[in-house]
Amino acid sequence: MADMKIEVPRLQRDAFADKQCHRAHADHMETINLPPELVDNWQQRALEKMEQLLGRYRSLRDYLDICVRCGSCADKCPFFLGTGDPKNMPVARAELLRKVYRYYFTAAGWLPDLGRAEPLTEEVLNEWYTYFYQCSECRRCSVFCPYGIDTAEITMAAREIMASIGVANKYITEVLANVYRTGNNIGIPAPAWADNLEFLEDDIQEDTGVDVKMPVDQEGADVLLVPPSADNFVNLDTMMGYGKVFHAAGISWTTATYASEAANFGLFLDFNNMKKVNKRIIDAARRLKVKRIVFGECGHAWRVALYMNTLNGPLDFLEVPNPIHCTEFTLDLLKRGAFKLDKSANDEYVVTYHDPCNIARAGGPLEPPRELIRASCNRFEEMPENTTRINTFCCGGGGGLLSDEHMDVRMAGAKMRAMAVQTTNANYLATMCAICKAQLKKVNTHYKLGVEVEGVHGLFGRALVLNGNQEV
Amino acid sequence: MDSVSLIFNVLAYLALAIFWVGVGYRLWVWAETPVPLKIPTTPAPETLSGVTARMAGEVVLFRSLFRGDKALWLGGWTFHGALLLILLKHLRYFLFPVPAWIAGLNHIGVYAGEFILIPLLFLLVRRFTLEQVRYISVLSDYLVLLLLIGIALTGLAMKFVAGVDVVAVKAFMLGIITLSPTAMPASTWFLFHFSLVLLLLVYFPFSKLLHAGGVFVSPTRNQRDDGRIRRYVNPWDYPAESGEVTTFGGG
Repeated sequence: MADMKIEVPRLQRDAFADKQCHRAHADHMETINLPPELVDNWQQRALEKMEQLLGRYRSLRDYLDICVRCGSCADKCPFFLGTGDPKNMPVARAELLRKVYRYYFTAAGWLPDLGRAEPLTEEVLNEWYTYFYQCSECRRCSVFCPYGIDTAEITMAAREIMASIGVANKYITEVLANVYRTGNNIGIPAPAWADNLEFLEDDIQEDTGVDVKMPVDQEGADVLLVPPSADNFVNLDTMMGYGKVFHAAGISWTTATYASEAANFGLFLDFNNMKKVNKRIIDAARRLKVKRIVFGECGHAWRVALYMNTLNGPLDFLEVPNPIHCTEFTLDLLKRGAFKLDKSANDEYVVTYHDPCNIARAGGPLEPPRELIRASCNRFEEMPENTTRINTFCCGGGGGLLSDEHMDVRMAGAKMRAMAVQTTNANYLATMCAICKAQLKKVNTHYKLGVEVEGVHGLFGRALVLNGNQEV
Repeated sequence: MDSVSLIFNVLAYLALAIFWVGVGYRLWVWAETPVPLKIPTTPAPETLSGVTARMAGEVVLFRSLFRGDKALWLGGWTFHGALLLILLKHLRYFLFPVPAWIAGLNHIGVYAGEFILIPLLFLLVRRFTLEQVRYISVLSDYLVLLLLIGIALTGLAMKFVAGVDVVAVKAFMLGIITLSPTAMPASTWFLFHFSLVLLLLVYFPFSKLLHAGGVFVSPTRNQRDDGRIRRYVNPWDYPAESGEVTTFGGG
């Protein structure tokens, strides 16, 4: 499909300067091993943290050094395009950190006016908190930068610096604290997790008359499925879709209450939490003696999943390749003839597909979800090319921005995605990320898109004929 | 040697020292800073040859910039192309004997010297006129363009305003690089041109001009997307703390 025309807004200075997320609660911060509130010598501690990160991340050092401010990224960011606030241009966002870097860590600090160098004041910290939480770390800017400067790397560093002095948002820290307490983002306790899956078994039984099992903590299963917990709780079609796929292919599988969450909000906050939250998935896999880990439909979870072998490897107790994305897994089985599909089951739908940013630009898969969609429905329409695959626009809620008080920012950030959906005739917006799904449901109402938002496996599961399947 | 020549010889060595030490230091810092995770912007190649092709596309053709902004790509790419021709042409003042292919570049090098003013003015004008770019520009962004324009103009002046004794220029340059300083050519335009180039050399290691080297070490462009094929090791990582994860809820 041809490109969508993108209107670049006139600059509206400070238009979103007062849109801040709620600040973290002290108990959540303590649960995840961060200072409960702004520490006394915050300035010094922040600079020490910055120095540490500069020594640990070549991306950060390089990207702070070499930006020429050419402006190629400026009109590529969904949050700038939606808000018109110049500090949401990726280059300007990065300059918020860069000006402090220059002041303390480069010779340009001697001539502050020449290259805009500024000390880390309370005002600057406040500005950081505002604008580094108006970035969803979607990496779209990095596609268009002649040097590949990835503003997500800068945002992540800024957030890690802030977290180290006790400044973080409520949503991310609360979610991480939930993971520490219950094993998942939503805070579903283990018995409720199992109960929900039983309900879904009943639902499938009612719908199809087939007894599909949704196992929990089953030792010795071949596959550990790690879905986003929202699939157990909200995106039920997707969850049932996984169950039907495993059933139809005759593969033994299980979920784990210890790792009942694919998502890893540590990616949005700091390295230590990311590593720890990731490790529990591997611990669960070891404990349950599975052969493979399959990740459910969650965007940034997949990004961290691809780090798994680095963060907590080596994973030599698992079969390669590892990890596996659920769409790769299902597509492989489909190609081997494991399924019988009835596309007409989805005839009420015209389907379009939203590439989650972390799937598209941080590891794929791009084609497998499309192939599964094509196999499960008769009418599939792509959105414009400059809004899909590597060019995909963020849903507006990624990167830890998905909280109610941040709705203005979220809806502004979703504007491009909404416009792209409107160029199609779709009434079913498929995607494979729990954050995208939650956000796009709101976007659907806000922009009156008239679509149903669900997962790729939701669509696939409906088309899957459970009787008379072939053996693999 | 007259005192002006003496001063400029000293300044040349000073500038060269700052340039090489400065650039060397910055490259060393990048080289020794670890890359903890695989972060290529995907889809990305899985092989070394694939990455080489991707990087060549960036460095030779400015592919990502082309995707991002066609007008800027045209201005930026022609500027860098002309700059390359001009630099190659100037090698005739540093090499003895002059290789035939460099001597052959002399004419096109002069054209490039005239032409380069067009993209330079374009880059400057767009900084003033485009609202977004004006907002992000800092003083040094303008100054470095003015410096380059100044270097081009003073260079062209030696061709079109007042000719310079190229034999004397070559003797002077060879004197510097063979560590046997000689007198500076008696040309005011050469004095300006040479001074501005020294200023550029001194400024280079402290500035965004480092993008010339930084693009090669950019992880989003130079990494292979092979995290699932071979284990990538984070050099500064600590071992996963065992036991601590039992604080997680669930089974």
